[in-house]
Amino acid sequence: MAAATGTGTGGKAAAAAGDAAARVRAVLETVMDPEIPVVSIVDLGMLRRVEQGADGVIEVVLSPTYTGCPATDVIRRLVEEALDEAGIRPVRVRYELSPPWSTDWISEEGRRKLAEYGIAPPALKERADAPVACPRCGSEQTELVSAFGSTPCKALRRCLSCLEPFEHFKCH
Amino acid sequence: MATAAAEKLAKPETADLAALAMRLGDDALVLGQRYSEWVGHAPALELEMAVSNLALDLIGEAQLWLDLAARLEGRGRDADKLAYLRDVLDFTNLLIVEQPNHDWAYTVLRHYLYSVYHRLLVEGLARAPEPAFAEIAAKVLPEVRYHVKFAHSWVLRLGDGTEESHRRLQAALDRLWRFTGEMFVDDELTTRLEAAGFAPLASGLKAAWEEEVGATFKEAGVTPPQPKQMITGGRIGHHGEHLGHLLAELQFLQRAYPGLEW
Repeated sequence: MAAATGTGTGGKAAAAAGDAAARVRAVLETVMDPEIPVVSIVDLGMLRRVEQGADGVIEVVLSPTYTGCPATDVIRRLVEEALDEAGIRPVRVRYELSPPWSTDWISEEGRRKLAEYGIAPPALKERADAPVACPRCGSEQTELVSAFGSTPCKALRRCLSCLEPFEHFKCH
Repeated sequence: MATAAAEKLAKPETADLAALAMRLGDDALVLGQRYSEWVGHAPALELEMAVSNLALDLIGEAQLWLDLAARLEGRGRDADKLAYLRDVLDFTNLLIVEQPNHDWAYTVLRHYLYSVYHRLLVEGLARAPEPAFAEIAAKVLPEVRYHVKFAHSWVLRLGDGTEESHRRLQAALDRLWRFTGEMFVDDELTTRLEAAGFAPLASGLKAAWEEEVGATFKEAGVTPPQPKQMITGGRIGHHGEHLGHLLAELQFLQRAYPGLEW
């Protein structure tokens, strides 16, 4: 009986932790990248996991994208604010370097939103040399203008068909 | 048992690991600061963005290494204190990264010479037995590879461009060459780390570097000057006059308003 109760409580606790993780995840889906406000940090593949720290505090473990990205600190704050707003507290937001984040972690949904926003999404790493299609007209006749764009994650390209310049989320 | 004992003996000293992290952080910090100086002065808008991105990458990398150095030395300092409150003689960066920017050809050639070395070094460290080193190295590696690609394309573009761009690239190579030897000088620190199986000797990177940059020079149509005395000393704090000026700007705010946050 005691054993059964123990199991039952453990099951409840695990379920509660699972619920908390799901709630945290749902909130993080509303936290947008400050530089690209159409994709959430979940779309970008920055959310590594949600766990309970030894002290019972909910820990959100994120992957930093680019090493020098100034948005990294802003994102931490946005996450803390969003979770606080949702009544989920106390929380601790932690960055973990390894394994290093890759653009391969960007979701299908994230890629679609980037393209709709006018940013050519990154190819998967194994197809890194594939032609970059213009997000406006779809032409693959595009050229590199600059290896670096307005943020560390982007390069600047031009479409040779519709002549529009556009940004390309670099494959990383 | 014998193996375990050997491994225990070979474990590198924490102070040595801190010194290595400091070197890596100092190189990235000083070069990142040099690129910040281009902002507002680059030859084209796209290059403004490029240099500011290079600066961001390097300063981000510096923060990771200096944080690690601070943790390892355990003296209550952090990355900011190491960056803003150390004096010139305590900086252990290579002399090549503290040289003033001169023109665009000099800047991109320096970036190429340094980035190939930088990539070889972090590729080696990504396999280091110490997880803290391996994870930072693996994290920055894609960015450093991108830097090499970017700088390489510019070396070719200038070498194979106009008469003027070619002349400037060759002049840059003549000026920079004597600072390249320092990247491959072994000293007590690198020797001890190598003996501990932690990192390759500095000299161990030389052949791969020479082969790679030599092929690029050939393609760009430039030649390094005849070998002469290489200038060294940055790793042990013997810097030129330039680093002091750079740090005066970098450290001004913390020196003038200690503890200021913004």
